[in-house]
Amino acid sequence: MTRTFRLAFKAVIILIAALAAVLIASIILWMIGADVGATFYTICIVPLTNTLHITEVLIRAIPLCIIALGITVAYRSGIINIGAEGQMAIGILAFTGVALAFPSVPRPLLLPIALLAAVIGGGLWGFIPGILKARLNVSELLSTVMLNYIAAQFYSLCLRTIYLDPAEQGLGAAGTPQSMRLTENVWLGRMSGRLHYGLLFALVLAALIFFLMWKTTLGFRMRASGSEARAARYGGINVAFYVTLAMVISGAFSGLAGGIEIAGVHRRAIEGVTNNYGFSGVVVALFGGLHPFGIIPASFFFGLLIYGATLAPSKVGVPANIVQVMQGVIIIVIVTAQMVLSNAYFQDRVWRKISSLRKKEA
Amino acid sequence: MITILTNMLSMCIPFSVALLLASIGEMFNQRAGVFNLGCEGIMAMGAFIGMLIPFSVGGGGPVPQVYNVLGFLAAAAVGAFLGLFFGVVTVTFRAPQGIAGIGLQMFGVGTAGTLFRHFVGGTQSIPGIPDIDIPLLSKIPFLGDVFFSHNGAAYLAYLFIPVAWYILFKTPWGLKVRAVGTNPRAADSMGINVSRTRYESLMLGGALAGLAGAYLSIAQAKMFSDTLISGRGFIAVALVYFGHWHPLQIMGGALLFTFAQTFQTQIQSMGISFPYELAVMLPYVLVIVVLSFTSRNQTTAPTSLGKPFNREMRT
Repeated sequence: MTRTFRLAFKAVIILIAALAAVLIASIILWMIGADVGATFYTICIVPLTNTLHITEVLIRAIPLCIIALGITVAYRSGIINIGAEGQMAIGILAFTGVALAFPSVPRPLLLPIALLAAVIGGGLWGFIPGILKARLNVSELLSTVMLNYIAAQFYSLCLRTIYLDPAEQGLGAAGTPQSMRLTENVWLGRMSGRLHYGLLFALVLAALIFFLMWKTTLGFRMRASGSEARAARYGGINVAFYVTLAMVISGAFSGLAGGIEIAGVHRRAIEGVTNNYGFSGVVVALFGGLHPFGIIPASFFFGLLIYGATLAPSKVGVPANIVQVMQGVIIIVIVTAQMVLSNAYFQDRVWRKISSLRKKEA
Repeated sequence: MITILTNMLSMCIPFSVALLLASIGEMFNQRAGVFNLGCEGIMAMGAFIGMLIPFSVGGGGPVPQVYNVLGFLAAAAVGAFLGLFFGVVTVTFRAPQGIAGIGLQMFGVGTAGTLFRHFVGGTQSIPGIPDIDIPLLSKIPFLGDVFFSHNGAAYLAYLFIPVAWYILFKTPWGLKVRAVGTNPRAADSMGINVSRTRYESLMLGGALAGLAGAYLSIAQAKMFSDTLISGRGFIAVALVYFGHWHPLQIMGGALLFTFAQTFQTQIQSMGISFPYELAVMLPYVLVIVVLSFTSRNQTTAPTSLGKPFNREMRT
């Protein structure tokens, strides 16, 4: 088997996978009678056409990147975190709580404390499924999903009661459930348009995760627990501890993403901030090959899709839900393509078929 | 107090049907060794298709019952198709089932939402299916309300439980399903087509999940919205663990969870000043608590659950 063949095989499989994803999304678009080409153009190209659009894409890439980094830590440690949505909501609540409680504390102190609160909030919400998985063998897929729903309810309960903006208080059911505008002492500065310095956070965190997972003993132990738990246990690694720790880190990242989102973009807690970022983060992590350096471009790409989809309803009459369809298809296609690529038997069979064809020609 | 209790209990049976059907379907999947987390997505598609047919015929007005039946059948067909699709991904390509299921969930929920916005638009209600009071029996005080005055689909769903039990434990096909979920290699050497059996059970499970979704939109809520399913698919998966992969215990679990859900409707209707979000949380909290108590000893679990089968591998 030649090297060229291996590369070509890989390229062809990835190409087929990409085509399959586009095809399935196109079928859905065709069903609603949309102009398929124009829709893809609106979602993938239009957001790149001017600076304002690009900053909006980057704003969406920031939480995606941070969440995907956290999900990578968990995934590499053998636990799939689909609870980022809930961890982000809890992070937002913690961040907003601190900001509302101490509005007069100066900014160099308050902003780090509020972000730390977000980290702790998200981390605690990640700790629950982590410890349940490690000690009681509870499927993290189910427990994190349930915690998402619980967090969502808790979030709207808080917004409706203790966090409610005094200006909305008298309005009763007619009011918007949201907190008051937070003190400027917790705002993150902005570079251009709404684009805030959270972008730097995301890049620094990516480097940090690379260092943590691939250059430290801690990271090695977490990855060992994830790739072969029994071998890791035999090697003296406390798998239960590292799995829980990975989940706490994962939750902390999601919580931080929530805090940064509030500090940089919304500057008040309001419904819909989490915006499905928790689920999209799973797609970004997988698309980025579960590696920080892949996640940075992947989060930009999905920021593009998510922002592009918000343009689709007005420009081509396609509901924004189409981005969820695309994400679902992309997950399925990625995991399928990975299995084909890692199947040495299949690769060997294709190779033999091709070489026998060549012999016949000769 | 008695009326409240009667109200809650009489809601239990009709409101439990969606959970029950989806959960029985998931039970067939897991008995065959496939963990289908995409149940939520299949239910969303079933709910949308099931609602679309009576809506497009009657435009929200009354329609002949046959269109509701057609809605159920179409939902079952779409569910079976999605089950087949999941089979291609997890059985033929042997993709990791958990993450593929998340993909299917996003795909199903997203597609249902997209199509809904195009074909229906906003919130539209449909007449749904009427309650059938069983003669004489429904006149019994208390018991009549609780057991004998529900819609036809609910009765059929409960009649399906013994059928599911019979299929799983008393038919050759049921034996095959249990065999490929327990020891696929042994089943394979006995001449059972493991992939085929898994495909079949995925299609059956998908069809049931589709029916469950259609039940929600046609018989229960009488409308479709993005939040109609709101985690019922995931609860259904958890119920399979809770019910130890047995139809009757799953039925018990479905009733227990529905009872927890009816708290919420009761609290809202009685106007008690109790934050209703806490009541909405209750079933989800219950799932986590129940899983914590039942996940430790999985002696009854199909031993090959979640493991793709590969004839070419030695282990």
